[in-house]
Parts: sequence; structure tokens; C-alpha cells
Amino acid sequence: MIAQNRVFIVDGTRTPFLKARTEQGPFSASDLAVAAGRPLLARMPFLKARTEQGPFSASDLAVAAGRPLLARMPFDPSEFDEVILGCVIAGAEEANIARVVALRLGCDEQVPAFTVQRNCASGLQAVASAAERIQLGQADLVLAGGTEAMSRAPILWNARMVAWLGGMFRARGMFGRARALAGFRVGHLQPVYSLLLGLTDPIVNLSMGQTAEVLAHRFDIAREAQDAYALQSHQRLAVAYDAGYMADEVEVLYRANGKFDTEDTGLRRDSDMSKLAKLKPVFDPKYGQVTSGNSSQVTDGAALLVVASEAAVQRHRLPVLGEWLGHDWAGVDPRQMGLGPVHAVAKLLKRLQVSMHDLAQMELNEAFAAQVLACQAAWDSADYARAELGLDAPLGAMPPERLNPEGGAIACGHPIGTSGARLVLHLLKSLQRKGGGLGVATLCIGGGQGGAALLRVREAAAA
Amino acid sequence: MSELSEPAVVRPIAHAPCRHWRVEYGAVDTTGRLVAAAPNDEIALLTIDVAGQSANALSREVMEEFDRMLSDIANRGVQGLVIRSAKASGFIAGADVHEFEHVADAAQAAHLARQGQIVLDRLPAFSFPSVALIHGFCLGGGLEVALACTYRVADQGPATRFGLPEVRLGIHPGFAGTVRLPRLIGHLPALDLMMTGRSIDARAARRLGLVDDVVPERHALYAAQIFIRRRPKPGRAPWSRRLPGLAPLRPLVARLLARRARKQADADHYPAPYRIIELWRRQASAEDEAASLGELLVGRTSRNLVHVFALGEELKRRGRLHAHDIQSVHVVGAGTMGADIAILAAAQGFKVSLQDRTPEILAQAVARANKFFQRRFKDARQRQAAMDRLTPDLAGHGLRRADLVIEAIVEKLDAKRALFAHIEQVAKPDAVLATNTSSIPLETIAQSLRDPSRLLGLHFFNPVTRMQLVELVRGKQTAESALNRARAWTVAIDRLPLDVVSSPGFLVNRVLTPYLLEAVKLIEEGVSATAIDEAAVNFGMPVGPIELADTVGLDICLAVAETLSGPLGVPVPQELREFVAQGRLGKKTGHGFYRYDANGRPRKSRRTNDARLRRHLPIMERLVLRLLNEAMVCLREGIVDGPDAVDAGMVYGTGFAPYLGGPMCYAESLGATGIGHSLYRLSQEYGERFSPDPGWSQPELLTRSADASA
Repeated sequence: MIAQNRVFIVDGTRTPFLKARTEQGPFSASDLAVAAGRPLLARMPFLKARTEQGPFSASDLAVAAGRPLLARMPFDPSEFDEVILGCVIAGAEEANIARVVALRLGCDEQVPAFTVQRNCASGLQAVASAAERIQLGQADLVLAGGTEAMSRAPILWNARMVAWLGGMFRARGMFGRARALAGFRVGHLQPVYSLLLGLTDPIVNLSMGQTAEVLAHRFDIAREAQDAYALQSHQRLAVAYDAGYMADEVEVLYRANGKFDTEDTGLRRDSDMSKLAKLKPVFDPKYGQVTSGNSSQVTDGAALLVVASEAAVQRHRLPVLGEWLGHDWAGVDPRQMGLGPVHAVAKLLKRLQVSMHDLAQMELNEAFAAQVLACQAAWDSADYARAELGLDAPLGAMPPERLNPEGGAIACGHPIGTSGARLVLHLLKSLQRKGGGLGVATLCIGGGQGGAALLRVREAAAA
Repeated sequence: MSELSEPAVVRPIAHAPCRHWRVEYGAVDTTGRLVAAAPNDEIALLTIDVAGQSANALSREVMEEFDRMLSDIANRGVQGLVIRSAKASGFIAGADVHEFEHVADAAQAAHLARQGQIVLDRLPAFSFPSVALIHGFCLGGGLEVALACTYRVADQGPATRFGLPEVRLGIHPGFAGTVRLPRLIGHLPALDLMMTGRSIDARAARRLGLVDDVVPERHALYAAQIFIRRRPKPGRAPWSRRLPGLAPLRPLVARLLARRARKQADADHYPAPYRIIELWRRQASAEDEAASLGELLVGRTSRNLVHVFALGEELKRRGRLHAHDIQSVHVVGAGTMGADIAILAAAQGFKVSLQDRTPEILAQAVARANKFFQRRFKDARQRQAAMDRLTPDLAGHGLRRADLVIEAIVEKLDAKRALFAHIEQVAKPDAVLATNTSSIPLETIAQSLRDPSRLLGLHFFNPVTRMQLVELVRGKQTAESALNRARAWTVAIDRLPLDVVSSPGFLVNRVLTPYLLEAVKLIEEGVSATAIDEAAVNFGMPVGPIELADTVGLDICLAVAETLSGPLGVPVPQELREFVAQGRLGKKTGHGFYRYDANGRPRKSRRTNDARLRRHLPIMERLVLRLLNEAMVCLREGIVDGPDAVDAGMVYGTGFAPYLGGPMCYAESLGATGIGHSLYRLSQEYGERFSPDPGWSQPELLTRSADASA
């Protein structure tokens, strides 16, 4: 087996997530990535050209090393070997958004970049791809993460309108054009909301929310349990913001009109069970249990991480947030895509010979409260372990206080391309604050997949 | 324009070779280059490349050579003529302003203009068409050269600008521009360009019909040849824009334009715009234009405006002597000044991090930046790039990698000291440290630094984006290298750096303060604020002293006055103290000497029953002599290095009547002895503060060094 390089995560930032309403949000996906990236890069240790000595004297470095792990130092973006971003709905003018963002962040034109898409886990895929490049020795320093502006998902002409427009364009002569014009029907004006299409599985023809309904039914997850979990997510995130735990991770986002955001705008401090109970089901109308209150929110946001090889860490004397130990992907029934994490985590823990008890924390993306609770139930179920995972004994659910202890996507939102990177970032920052340990970041993926990554924060390095 | 390849064949020229022009003959092939061609298929490519200069200016020698070149080309028998520039900076920047000074009288000036017109008249007289290929700036005489050609083709880049800025030097176009431009683009657009002196980009020029096409550089020569081969109908203004030129309408239009002009500039002080209207009204010929130009050129206003212009160019030249080596800038303090400095630097291409204590303040700065970039950049991508360069930096991460750190926080010594101590620890060892302080001595701030030689002052003026002057303040210990870098950087952000020695109020605030305090004294004596301000505006100041005080902020005026009351030996007016104590700080609080409406405009009383009003002269005499006297003090104490510096500082820093050329220029015209006597007389009547400064009896102080005004 080829010897693999170790992969370290140096630091990361994300923007506050902005809840998408009926109008376009103020930022495009590349705007958000740039807003997240600039302060991150500003915080990076100063990296001069490769053959030179670092800019600090020995005593400076001793002081810098002794500072909290998140000491922010300047960083030259041109030192990156690559930029990899996850993004599902890049704007039409943002082709290969990773490249656009790299150039906007001041990476010089010689830094290559590419964009990845694995639906809801695109952000995780980006960091995983960065890790793979480093493991293979093809890169030493990579800027990886995700960005998404779901509020700007395009509204499209339907196929009949497109065909009619094509006919008009091709028509020649007065009669030709008149005939083409006559082909117009009012029905041609019916728009297609690409966001809604994107949130529906094309193979099994179920919306994401409907897959959650399927899971709620299969694992007997009542409406109240879903609402209670949702409420907990909001409360935990509120506590985290109020205690200042998020300050290191979330950079202030400034708008062009003089307003700014320091927190995720979807967070509802005023939420309670009675308010949640009043909400009507969204995905299975009339009879369903999944509402907008116990689902993740459609949001805009970006999260970026600096990923480095051991050589880069040593050469540039970089502070280290955590180590990326490995990742795995799993495929599952698209109708029950929410169970993706169950399989991915099982695969990963088995391969790396780690058990659920060894994990200090797990960040499991809260696509839907029902989906999170279903995963917990599946991990706990001996039948499921035997029948679906091929295991003798169940892995065991995560203790609730270690699962999404600062809330999740139900409270902060789920910009699809970004969440994977946010989970990794938050996991590391959270573990660091609590003294270190092993952690897993995992997501379910629309289309029927799951992804999981194992990370470690050194106990000694924290505090 | 890219380097021209060698022409296929070089023909010997009958007379001495030209220094500033060269001509090649051939045809343009599909690679866009000039290659050898059959004799009856040739075009002439005439390139202007003024020897020894970075920009093309039309001196007499250049025009004479132009004439010779045109003769050669006429004899050759070509299909067409293309005129372009070899300079990266642009096409032609205009007439050679330096030559103006050597013009002795109006007749000589008119003759020179007429000679130029005759040369340019040859172009439309040729049997073949001519094409001007324009990139970069095409201003003044340069635009007139282009107007004389049959066609004009412009490069589509953002640097391409067209304009007739002669009015800003107190004159008007003299190479028949007043005749040709209205015909081409219409009367009102032409008058607008000539009277404002503003410049427009390639797209706007295309829309006006000023240019026939806008092309990327790689196709420029090929496009020019197509115009020659195809000979489309030359452009002309559509009938709607020719309408105001109908003979019966001209007097009415002229009256309206003159009325509008009077709102901006007094006709006695600035005759040029009114002369332009007059020439147009009577459909003046090119000869009339030349004669009029002659008169204006040797007049006082034009001489002074040229002097002011030359002062600005000299400041820029000094700035460019050194490299700034600055890529990133960190600004601490995101109030109006700090934010505007950061915005200006980001607009000019620098990476800027802007720091302050709360996100609210930074968010305001971001909104300001957005508004500014919206106006400044027409291209969305340029706007986005500028916004990307300006980083709101709550935690101050940008400090570590900044090459220049500018402090623009509150005027409190302790805060500044603590900040600079911190900055010194964190910033790069060779970063330049600058303070925007207007009243705290550099030396006192520097006490908190281990290496005080890194500290200098970069004193900007409000509003930063419009006032060009920056006082570059040298402390006793400031290193020359730091000053050189700061000076070069100031020019790089399109400002004018003026070297001043660290002293209370530096130059501009120091010279202004007695002027402002005298105005307050007048108010204490019962003169209305409106009368005072009106007198000052009639004199030629952009705003009156009372409104200026309100705009600057009465708290700042008080602080500066208190700082200077020692050196100036002048008591601070009680009224000023009272206002500040009451919170009446001027425009920013809506109430100072005047009340201000929601748009920041002062509500001035129309009462004119004040007897003193009838006698404007004493008001202005007192105000101006106080100003001149203090300027002389600064000169004598060596705050700046000469009368040119005083003029540059006061005109560019505070808009001192430019038509007077600046305070020292004005003093020279009045005569030092006369000023001394007037001051003495006023001191007898009004008090000690009018005592003439000893400097008035030292004529060497007023001498200007020969190269400084070049």
C-alpha cells in the first residue's frame, strides 16, 4: 500500500447563513465565498516565497505558538496549490466558481481550481478531495470548502417556451416569423422553479421532505419528537451564539447597503413547542408530519478551510486545528436518502477501527429532524445492523449531548454546497473548545448517499 | 499601442529627419500589421512620439514637424492617412503648457494658435481621407487634431478619454475646436464639453458621434484601413442636436448658458466660459477663435490657473521620483476620513484592510464604498474588484501584512499613543506608519514608538475623494526613506503630496485659522454670517468662512484654534466656545452658525439691512490680510519650502480662489510693501493681530526657484 501523507486542517471561517425568502438574496455564491475567504486568508500565517526564511524571529514564533490555536496571521493566497469548492447552484456567470473565487481572493492566476458537486455533501466532497490530493502528495496547501446562494437559484423558461424561442430565432422572412409568432401559448409563460426541481429526486420522484416522511413512518418518529428536536437545535445554537462560542468560526458579513450580519438569520430564539405545533406539513400536505419548522432552512452561506500537509505545516510553522483521518461514501435507497449517514459512518468506523463510544462529538447534518432521529434509531437497532449493515451488533446511537451539541441546520440553515464544510469546521472548533478528541462529520445526500469524515483534535493542543 | 514592426520599405526624406514624428507607407494585412504594398494601394501611417517625454504635447516644434510630414505625405500620393501615437500613455494630451509662460503678448499667442490651425486645416483639404487612431487620453489640442481628421477610431479600453480641458486653464480651444466640435456632435454637447472641461470615455464618445467606432487594440489599424477603403459618410450631428445652432436661437441659448455659468464662476474672475459662449453665439471663425485665445492666454486668470496647474504637476513629479513599494494598506479608524482614505486607495488598486471597533461603523464604511464605486466605475466587474480589495477588518488581521499603516482615529493623544505602540509590535518592520492627525504634534505621538523615524503625517482634507491635497508631515525624527515612499504612494492614489514640517496646524489649517477667527470676530461685531460668506464667495472662495467652519466642524475649529492660540497669539472667540459647549457643532449636528436642512444645505438669511454690508471691502480686506499674514509666517518659519508650496497647499487643500493663483501669488500682485502698509493701517484700527509679519520686508522669501514652477 502506498504510504499516505497526513492531512491537517489549519483553520476555517464561514459566513452567517442568510435565510432565503421569496426575493433574491443580496449575495451571489461567489460573493459569499469571497466574504468568507478574505478574513480567513487574512488570519493565515504569513507565507513568504518557498525558499526564504519566515518573516518572524525565534522569539516571535515562540510567542505565536503560545497564543491560542486560532491566532490570526497574514497569509499570501498565492501559496495555495489548489482551490476546491463545493457548489450545486452556481450562477450562470460563475462557471467553475472555485476558479472565480480563487481569483477574487487574490490567488494569482497560477493557482488552479475546480468545483465539485455531490449534492448536499458537496462541501464535504471538496474537503475530501483536498485531503486526497494531499495524501497522494500532489498538493501541500489547499483552500477547500463550499458556497451556495440558494435564494438565487434560477427561475427558468419551461421546455415549450424554449422551443418556441428557438423557432422565433430561426424563423426567416415575414411569413416565417409570423408563423413562429403564432405558435405562442400563454402556457409557455409558466416558469420552472429550479430550486424545487433540485430538491426532488428525479429517479424515485420524491421530494427530500417526502423521504423524511418515509423515515418518520418507518422508525415511528412522532410529530412531537420531531418538533422537540427542532426546538433543541434552535436553543442550542442560541446558547452557543450568546456564550460567544461561535465568534471564532463565524465572520461578520457586511452588505453593500450598510447592514451587516453576525449570526445566522434563520435562528429563532423565540421558537417554542406551541409555535412549532401550529405549522402545517409542507411536503405531504394535509396528513404529513414534516413541517418547515422541523426541517432545515433554505439558506445562503459559505464555509472555507485551509487544508495542509505535514510538510506544509512544518515548513510554514502553521498552527493546526485538527487532523483529517479519513472519509467514506455510501450509497443507499434514494427513497430513504436520510439514512445515508448510518451507512457511511458504519463503513468509516469499521475501516478505521473506531467505535461510536470513541467519538467525543458527532456533527450530523440536520436535513430534517425526522431524518436525524431515524439515523439514531437505525444505529441503535440490532435488526438494522444485521439486515442492512451486515454487522453482528448495532453500532449504538450517539449520546444526545454529543450529537450536534451547538445545534445544526434546522436552526442555522442548509446551503447545500456549504454544509459539509461547515460541519467539519464546526466540529473542529467545538472539539478544540472542549479539550479535543475524535469526531465525525456526516451528511445524508439527496439521491441516496451518505458521506462521513473522521477528524481528531489533539487534547494537548487545545486551550 | 504595441510596438510597430519595421515598415517593409523606408523611403529617404528630403529634409532633416523629424524628432517627434515618423511615417511609414504600406497596407495593413489581416494580421493587423503594416506591410509593403503596391504604390497605388498605400496608406501612410504617421506616428507621433514626442522625444524625451512620457506624453505627447503639441509644442511649436511638434507642430512644425507635423506640417513637414504632411507635405511629404501629400507629395507621396496615398490612399489615406492614419495618425496614431507611439506612447503608452495616450494619443495627445494637448498643447504644451510649458510654452505658455514664454508667450509675451496676445498677438504672439494668437499667431501661434493660427499657425496651428493652418496646419490642421490641411487634413480636410487632402483628396484622401485621414483617420485618427486614439488610445488613452485625447485632450485639448489632441482632440482638435482628431477633429481635423475625416474619421476617428477609439480603443475600447478604460483609459481612453476625450475632453477639451482648456477652460480649466482659463482659456478655450485654439485649434478650431470651437468651430469643428459643435458641427460634429451638436451644439449643446459641444458647449458642455468645452465649458466644463470634463472628459468622457470611448463609449460616451461613440454615442455622441465624436468617434466613428470603438475597437479592441488588436484590430485598430485594420479598422482604420477599412475606413479609408470604404469611405463611409463622415459623421455629423443629427438635426435635433443642430437645432440650438439656428441663428435666431443662438442669443437665447447663449443667455441661458451664461446664466447657468454664473452660478459656478464669476465672469470677472473666470472669463473663459463666457468667451466660449460668446464665440459660439456670433458663430465666430477660426481666426476669431485664435484672437480670443491670445487675449485670454496673457490675462491674469489664465496665467494664474496655469501656475496652479504647474504647481500640481510639480508635486506629482516629485512624488514619482521614488518607488513606494506598497501593496497592502491598513487603515485604523473607519469614520468619514478613514473610510474615504481606504476607499480611495482601493479604487486606485491597493489592497486595503479597514479596522474599527464595531461592525456598525465598518458596515457604514462598506455602504459608503459601494456608493462611491457605483459612481466611479461603469463596469460591474471593476466595481466588484474594488469592493473585493477593501476588507472590513474588525480584528485588525490586516495589520500584519500591511506595507503602510494609516491611523485615522479620534483626536486624542492617549488613544493614538496606545494604538501606535500596538501597531509597532505587530506590523512589518519596514512598514511606513502614518497619522492623519490635524492637531497633535508628531513628536508627541512618536514618544510611544521604539523607532520614531517610521512615523510621519499624512493629513488628508475633507472630503477626501474631492480635495486633492495631502499634507505630508515631516517630524524631527522622520526618516527620508519613509517620506519618499509616502510621497510616492500619495501620487499613486491620485492625490498631491505637499511636504510640510511638523508644527501646529501644519500649513493649511494654520493659514486658515486666523481667517476663520476673523470671520467669527466680525460676527461678534454684528455683521451677519450671510454677508460675510457672500463677500468671500464674491472674492472667489468656493465657500465663505462661516460655512467652511460649520463644514469642518466647530469642535475641530475650536481644537485647532486652541492649539494655535499660543503660536498665533490670538484669543479664542468666546462665541465659538459657547457653541461647542451647547453642542452646536455645525453641519454634522444640523446647527452651527447656520441651521442646516436634511440635505446639509445651510439656511441663509436674506436680510441685508446691515450697514456694513454696503462696504464689502473692509470685510474681505480684514479676512484676506489675516490669511496672507499667516501665510507669510508659515513661509518665514519654513513650514513649507517656498511660496509655491503655500499656493499649492491653499488652492488644492481648501480651494483658495484659483484665479488668483494662490495667496502668495496674490500677495505678489498686490506688492509686499503695499500689504505691509495695509496691515499696519488695520492694526491701528483693529488691533495687534494685524501687525505685519517681519517676512513682508524680506523679499527673498517671496522669490520662487526657477525649476519649482516649471
